[in-house]
Amino acid sequence: MIVYLLKRLLEMIPTLLGITLISFFIIHLAPGKPTDILTELNPKITPEARERLEKLYNLDKPVIVQYGLWLKRIVKLDFGESFSTDRRAVMQKIWDKKQSLLDRRLFITLMINLITFAIILIIAIPIGVSSATHQNSLYDKLMTTTVFIGFAMPSFWFALLLMMFFGVYLGWLPISGLKSLNYDVLPLLGKIWDRASHLILPVFISAFGGLAADSRFMRSSMLEVIRQDYVTVARAKGLPEKKVIYKHALRNALLPLITLIGLSVPGLIGGSVILESVFGIPGMGQLFFMSVMTRDYPMVMCILTIGGMLTLLGNLLADIGYMLADPRIRAKQ
Amino acid sequence: MKGHSLRNVFWRRFRKNRLAAAGGVVVVLMFFVAVFASFISSYNPDDIDRKHILESPSLKHPLGTDDLGRDVLSRMILGSRISLSVGFVSVGIATFIGIFLGAISGYYGGWVDSIIMRFIDIMLTIPTFFLILAVIAFIDPNIWSSSAIPYWIRESLRVILIDPNIMNIMIVIGLTSWMGVARLVRAEVLSLKEREFVLAARALGTGDMNIIFRHIMINSMAPVFVSAVLGIAGAVLVESALSFLGIGVQPPAPSWGNILTLGKDNIEIAWWLSVFPGLAILITVLSYNLVGEGLRDALDPRLWDVEI
Repeated sequence: MIVYLLKRLLEMIPTLLGITLISFFIIHLAPGKPTDILTELNPKITPEARERLEKLYNLDKPVIVQYGLWLKRIVKLDFGESFSTDRRAVMQKIWDKKQSLLDRRLFITLMINLITFAIILIIAIPIGVSSATHQNSLYDKLMTTTVFIGFAMPSFWFALLLMMFFGVYLGWLPISGLKSLNYDVLPLLGKIWDRASHLILPVFISAFGGLAADSRFMRSSMLEVIRQDYVTVARAKGLPEKKVIYKHALRNALLPLITLIGLSVPGLIGGSVILESVFGIPGMGQLFFMSVMTRDYPMVMCILTIGGMLTLLGNLLADIGYMLADPRIRAKQ
Repeated sequence: MKGHSLRNVFWRRFRKNRLAAAGGVVVVLMFFVAVFASFISSYNPDDIDRKHILESPSLKHPLGTDDLGRDVLSRMILGSRISLSVGFVSVGIATFIGIFLGAISGYYGGWVDSIIMRFIDIMLTIPTFFLILAVIAFIDPNIWSSSAIPYWIRESLRVILIDPNIMNIMIVIGLTSWMGVARLVRAEVLSLKEREFVLAARALGTGDMNIIFRHIMINSMAPVFVSAVLGIAGAVLVESALSFLGIGVQPPAPSWGNILTLGKDNIEIAWWLSVFPGLAILITVLSYNLVGEGLRDALDPRLWDVEI
């Protein structure tokens, strides 16, 4: 098991290098120098100052050398400082140690995605299983229709509709931000409810699409498993149907789902750009969008790299989960 | 009784799937709306009417007017052309790259295969939407209206696409969505390349490229076609999200996504700006998905029942 994990970790290194390579070259192959945004907006800048700035970011050296230097810095998690007016260190903007944990950008994005995952799993598995055991029933058809609509639903539009209904029309839920203006004066319970109520819509929207995909997948995986001989055997030896389904079939049907969950990480993380922009949530996705709009290239490169690393981490966790769940794989190691 | 040729079986299966057939009808209708957009709409989509801004749906303006008094229905009709062309062209680009890299990877194997597959893994690791956003922001937004592009290309792009710079979005979506096709094609090529008909072609001295594209690819087009149809749905979604965020199709060129941006800005007063464009996206994407799934089932011989 440990040997396998080490092997997996070693395999991640070239992919990790590839991620940094792509993040770097997307920015550096674009026409114009990355520092243009700093120099062009400033009419008073002298050629010497411009040169100094280019030297500071090593732009006077060949691209490959620049990449090497950048790589050397990011190994220490130093992504340089942001081009935005506050000129803070990139890492500090994503993970601000001065703020409480709950307000750090990376934490906010991770938290929303983790809650989403949990909700997807809690709901998608029972839906998938019951659709499979009641194949072609009215319930199954209803679920299939919902799934198809879920696939086709543009998340930002769904967000708009729900904001309009629950936020504007009913006035039940806040439609933007992560906490209310009067958050600081609220009592503890009020604070908790305030944060939770701001999260309800975003989490629901982000879970909806994944819910459709995963419950569909669970259904087909379950359909395949309940036709297997060992399920027939379990039934033949007189086990109650509940036990057959939830103990014998479900365990096997869950295996492919673990892989799918690992694969859905990049989609969710990428989707946080849209979600956080629509709801005005100060997370990593919103920061990425703002950085892209202002061409804050150290920030963009940093978030691209972190996004890739999070996906790798997700895949690794999925592999470990797979190994823990499937004795056949454990035995092979 | 009709014959049992493959084509007949395919059509009967596809039509029997009522949802897929309904999706097909919508797809065809949408296609004609997009092509004949300017003949169908009753208003000029760019006509500003300051006396009638943000009017709710009425007989005169069935889907209301926007913040500049433009007719929303007319803008959505023209927007359908933009959204669908982005879908078609970007999927075309993705399919082309995917077939090429997938076929080479599967046919040659060895280090070529390792490099291409590793590259695909890396591309799939970076969240796609991040990648698209970064590329779009860092390429020159006006490259397609610059004088470096021949006049006739610029002009024809302007006539078809309204705003030539939409080409950027197509290319970027295409460049970031070919990985699935490549994997699919690679798997197909791997399973076909040892078959007798390929061996026969090789024995006759046919060149590699000829074998790959004229013998192998012809026999594995069905799954590629299905994934292209599903890909159009995905590309329409991505385009609308980009336009919604303000980095896709730029106003005054209309797109379903950028009408929705107006909907968000006027969320408390103009529900029609939010509801109808989104509905159009939903129906389009749903239809392409249904057609794609229907094609997949109809083309899959394992699902061909005896009774058909």
